[in-house]
Amino acid sequence: MKHRSSLFVLLVVALLLSVSAVSAQDAVTIRYVLWDTNQLPAYQQCADAFTAANPDITVSIEQLGWDDYWTAITTGFISGDAPDVFTNHLAKYPEFVALEQLVDLQPLVERDGVATDIYYPGLAELWSKDGARYGLPKDWDTIAVVYNSDLLAAAGVDPAVMADWTWTPEDGGSFLETIAALTLDANGNNGLSPDFDKTNVVQYGFVPDTMGGAYGQTQWSALAVSTGWTFNNGVWGDEYYYDDPRFIDTVQFWADLALEYGYAPSFEEVTSLGSSTLFQAGNIAMTMNGSWMIGTFLSSEFPVGFGRLPAGPEGRKSMFNGLADSIWVGTPHLEESWSWVKFLGSADCQNIIGASGVVFPAIPEAAGMAQQMRADAGVDVSAFVDQANEDGGTFLFPIADYAGEISTIMNEAMDAIGLGISKAADVLPAANAEINDLF
Amino acid sequence: MAAIRVTASPLVKPSLMSRIGNNQALLGYLFILPSLIGFIAFFAVPAIRSIFISFQEWNLLTDAKYVGLENYQELFADDRFWRSLQITVTYVLWNIPLQTVLALGIALLMERISNSPLLRGLLILPWLMPNVIVAMLFVWLLDPTLGLINIFLQNIGVGQQGFFGDPNQAIASIAGVNIWRHMGYTAILIYAGLKTIPKSLYEAARVDGANGLVQFLRITLPLLRPVLVFVMVTSVIGSFQIFDTIAVATEGGPAGATRTIIVYIYEQVFERRINMGMATAASVVLFLILVSVTIVQIRSFRGNQSDLADYS
Repeated sequence: MKHRSSLFVLLVVALLLSVSAVSAQDAVTIRYVLWDTNQLPAYQQCADAFTAANPDITVSIEQLGWDDYWTAITTGFISGDAPDVFTNHLAKYPEFVALEQLVDLQPLVERDGVATDIYYPGLAELWSKDGARYGLPKDWDTIAVVYNSDLLAAAGVDPAVMADWTWTPEDGGSFLETIAALTLDANGNNGLSPDFDKTNVVQYGFVPDTMGGAYGQTQWSALAVSTGWTFNNGVWGDEYYYDDPRFIDTVQFWADLALEYGYAPSFEEVTSLGSSTLFQAGNIAMTMNGSWMIGTFLSSEFPVGFGRLPAGPEGRKSMFNGLADSIWVGTPHLEESWSWVKFLGSADCQNIIGASGVVFPAIPEAAGMAQQMRADAGVDVSAFVDQANEDGGTFLFPIADYAGEISTIMNEAMDAIGLGISKAADVLPAANAEINDLF
Repeated sequence: MAAIRVTASPLVKPSLMSRIGNNQALLGYLFILPSLIGFIAFFAVPAIRSIFISFQEWNLLTDAKYVGLENYQELFADDRFWRSLQITVTYVLWNIPLQTVLALGIALLMERISNSPLLRGLLILPWLMPNVIVAMLFVWLLDPTLGLINIFLQNIGVGQQGFFGDPNQAIASIAGVNIWRHMGYTAILIYAGLKTIPKSLYEAARVDGANGLVQFLRITLPLLRPVLVFVMVTSVIGSFQIFDTIAVATEGGPAGATRTIIVYIYEQVFERRINMGMATAASVVLFLILVSVTIVQIRSFRGNQSDLADYS
């Protein structure tokens, strides 16, 4: 009896194994990962549309939070278990190129005649190095000001002020004045009043999204580059300019919003839960953040609006960052992965993403759909789109080697400035020297 | 079944099972075999391999290159490494004394006032919670503006504290979280040690007129020594390897104030394109430190001997 039942189990197992072996020959499952939960539903729609057009290929989407995402991908490279296709970031991909973990898509692009000029200008080139191509663009983002409409109305500040406000590192311009007008102490004095008590603030005018480390994407980069400063000597640069006086002044201004003026919560207060959580608590008037956060801010318990960045000495500047989809060299299904990446980079998928409004796709028409979707819901996101369309309105995320090392060095220096332990002028030249020694 | 067959036909040679059963030493080894295999596969082999890797330049993906002592030279020349050692020691000094004293206090209280298994269960509850959850919980509780603990501190007039956000408080805050998490568990270990002390000793002491403090200093503490040494050795080793709470709460910041040695090792791999040579070199240094600390602890507290014989 016992023997017979175990024989039966064996038979069932053998049958199951052979069935899965047969189906594995016909259908391929591609593993795809992304980090943003907000984007998961739209990309699932893309995957469904892709499988409908290619019945032999299924896409299994996994989502991991930003911090675990890169650790998981790196360990996946080593253990041979990395996803076939993954969402890649400009800060990370040079490292993966150096480790020889990304498939060069250029031969495939040429073979299949894939057009790379359908995207926003500059996006496709961000993913090329020495004639090789490591990703197809999927989206882009810019930075804008986010404000609490109720608090602006209560202080009598018209959001229209953001259409032409200005900033300089010396006096902060009308940008700083507006922030001051929106800061209130316990006695009801705002930041412009001579009686303003910065030790007893009940409403802050602005919350910086922390000190921003090496890139300051949602922080100081918009201000620093508006002075004419650049991060380094161009794409794949090997010399950084973190010791430039214009940069030093900008970073000191950024830290002084809390330390000197008292118009912003301190770095200590922002660092653990993050600026968007503090902003959503409802007693901070403004912040600056990226277009991928639009949905998060709209889920606040108060009305939120999006305004233009202040214009610096050289105009209005926003970092222009773009994500792309890359294929891991270890994939056992290169052709199927390439089909999926091609689909992700095509109007077929990007229109689905655009219609969801969750991010701005890399193809301009699809990005227009995202803007329209928000407008239909009564939300004006033109601050982000106009910035991207403006001549000279954007600068690119600095792509270079040693991003991990640079971040380690700059995080430490910027934290110290934000905490008031050091002055920007005292630590940034040394940090810059340490970074330039890496190359 | 095998044993039955042996008795049924004594002419047949004793079966394998019964021979093993009769060999006490072999049986012992068989029992530890599963954990021995795990120890060799997941601890011994990687540990020995990492010593070799520490003399190489290797990212686990391309070919390894022998570089001699270069990794160690680079390590010892790195200010961040020395600072991470200093931060780790600071953490251990916050963590261990407070945790052990509190645990001892709780264990003595339990012995005095309650034998309740429910109470003991409640005490180890924090220890049963995953570290990541505990860390997330405290990130919210200790937050300067939105955290419950900070709002309480402001209401009683102590004022707002930075905790994880303040470089002067961050490492002590991490230690505080882990003291909260571990003291109940440590208390249970000490409580078990208290139970092994014969009651007759205390009765004799009372007859001789010794008060509570004298009883504690002359009987409880000396007889608890083996348990305390076990607790100290294991918790010091664990304390030196603090990582998870930091990874969740501060990621080594602010301004590098919580970059302990394990965080430093982690950065070598995940922020420095899988620099295994440096990571393993730092691990070897940590290993040597832990071996030395443990030997000193066991030697100076004579942890392998009990004083119970002296009392009989």
